[in-house]
Amino acid sequence: MTKNETATIEKQAAPILSGSSETHEFPDWFRDQQRAAWKQFESLPNPTRKDQAWRFANVGLLDLGPFEYGGTLTEKERATILEQSRGLEEVAGRMIFAGDELIERDVISDQLKKRGVIFQSLERAMVEHADLFRKHFMSQPAKLGSAKFAALHQALVSSGTFLYVPRGVEIELPIEIFHWLTGENTSAFPHLLLVTDELAKVTVIEHFRSVNEHAPGFACGVNDLVAGPGAKVTYVCAQNWADNVIALQMNSTMVDHDASAMSLNLHLGSRYSRFESLSRLIGEGGRSDLLAVAVAKNQQEFDARTLQDHVSPHTASDLLYKNALDDRARTIFGGLIRVEPHAHFTDAYQKVRNLLLSDDAEANSMPGLEILADNVRCTHGATSGQIDEDELFYLRTRGIPVPVAQRLIVTGFLDEVVQRLDHPAISEHLHRLIEKKFAKNRD
Amino acid sequence: MKELNIEKLHIAVGDQEIVRGLTLRVPRGEVHALMGPNGSGKSTLAKVLAGHPDYHVTAGKILMDGEDLLELDPDERARRGLFLAFQYPSEIPGVTIANFLRAALQSRLPEGEELEATDYYAKLYEKMELLGMDRSFTSRAVNEGFSGGEKKRTEILQMAVLEPQYAVLDETDSGLDIDALKTVAHGVNSLRGPDLGILLITHYQRLLNYIIPDYVHVMVAGRIVRSGRKELALELEERGYDWARDGATEPAYR
Repeated sequence: MTKNETATIEKQAAPILSGSSETHEFPDWFRDQQRAAWKQFESLPNPTRKDQAWRFANVGLLDLGPFEYGGTLTEKERATILEQSRGLEEVAGRMIFAGDELIERDVISDQLKKRGVIFQSLERAMVEHADLFRKHFMSQPAKLGSAKFAALHQALVSSGTFLYVPRGVEIELPIEIFHWLTGENTSAFPHLLLVTDELAKVTVIEHFRSVNEHAPGFACGVNDLVAGPGAKVTYVCAQNWADNVIALQMNSTMVDHDASAMSLNLHLGSRYSRFESLSRLIGEGGRSDLLAVAVAKNQQEFDARTLQDHVSPHTASDLLYKNALDDRARTIFGGLIRVEPHAHFTDAYQKVRNLLLSDDAEANSMPGLEILADNVRCTHGATSGQIDEDELFYLRTRGIPVPVAQRLIVTGFLDEVVQRLDHPAISEHLHRLIEKKFAKNRD
Repeated sequence: MKELNIEKLHIAVGDQEIVRGLTLRVPRGEVHALMGPNGSGKSTLAKVLAGHPDYHVTAGKILMDGEDLLELDPDERARRGLFLAFQYPSEIPGVTIANFLRAALQSRLPEGEELEATDYYAKLYEKMELLGMDRSFTSRAVNEGFSGGEKKRTEILQMAVLEPQYAVLDETDSGLDIDALKTVAHGVNSLRGPDLGILLITHYQRLLNYIIPDYVHVMVAGRIVRSGRKELALELEERGYDWARDGATEPAYR
């Protein structure tokens, strides 16, 4: 990236990074990390299509020049956002961020607090729970291509969610987090640090949204998800940024022994959205389910890169990504299953299915395997196809007109993934978001 | 005239003519069985009635209550009261039976009118009971992982919910054991009445022990070679299709 390209973000970030700004009061060690990260961001080269990790990607869209850093909300904006932050009916706790500012927090119940659950902002956690924070915050290097953007995130992250669930505590209702981009050319650096201890259970859903549905913007988020021994972690993301947003998200999941982690990422919004998902199975008996659904329309590009990293024996991972592509939309999947030398008795699956609704849409799939252990079961595969004519005819013979029949088939295709969650309320919410996107594009 | 009227119909797939001048009338209130050996064109006829895009009608016409069916798209035909129970129903992954049938009923309502959910489910459950189907079926994806019997039962369930004026049942008995056959036949019989005309396509006489037809037609090589009362099916069972073919002079109707 040339100096010119990042002028706005750099100009506005510089005083904060040098410590002369009073905007955020972070501990010195955190400030030092941020300054180092900024240097790293500046020194790392821009991605190019020649990098395997960026193959097929439209890297030209990653011009950060127009985007601003920071900014404040008006009272009216704040009221609008609070009004529009509607997600699930019942939640155990909720945080709403607008332009990286925490504007509302529905605290968790006293009962959960008494049992040791910590649900607070990132900046408080780095002071009050510095040890936990420092142990897990961005502890996994960004391996899937976006080291530069992970560094940018680390340099500029100013808030986020810290959630700690102690040993044996099961939170039945989901925790809900909203991140809003507020105006033209604003930026956001969302962060979720989720740590579960032994046998804990939690579900988190994040909503990424824009106040103005056409405003350009930039989002660069990182999530650290830690499933302790025997823990059960479900993470859901409903990405619905405005259609001119450039977004990068880098998630890592650590799965300890006998733990299970399930993630489901729904991609609906943005102009270009890159999503990197690293799942490390570091303890025997661990299991990770990686699910994603994308509805790509118009000029949208969804770029998913994944690594299922089997470090320990007797671990399982199952990836299922489904994309529905219309118009001139593009999707990219680059995924690797890696089984480390002593990770015997691994079960690893990877399946990508693309449904092409237009001749101009383009789905690129690069599944991959790297098996260094014996005695493993791995399968991977990617398929692309169109709506099945027999299915369409069948629906039509029941009186269903073609556009409705097509929509039923496509949402059914995607619902197969959504239904894998064992939270009917979340599945229903995601289903409605998918239907809404189809309805919107009919106009 | 309240009838399904097929007149001198010719159907081709590519260069090959499969149905060759078929004439058949199914008035409302009657059950007509269409029997024939494999390859006689029975299923082709069923698909053409429903409007399958791969088959071409080269001559003849099909009228439903006087209206030219061939002018209508498959979904329009269905909305005007035609139903086809498929021999091999498609699986629709991820689409539940409840959502599927809701969409089908919704499509029959005027624009802007919403299907009433409570009434819908009451009706759906009532028809499922008729066919001995568990309510949990409604949340399963259409035909996905269904046994042969479940698929056929689901076809009849759809017919019961959609209440057509004319129903074409294509080999609904194939692949069913005797218990499943009885259940399906019971479902069809309970739907019989003065407002429904049924064309029952089958290879075997067995089904006709449970759904007693008013008339039986024998189709060989794309044409109807014999027509008669229900006893014709028994005679055919005894003498075989060769007899029907050899004895045929002109296609007869009634």
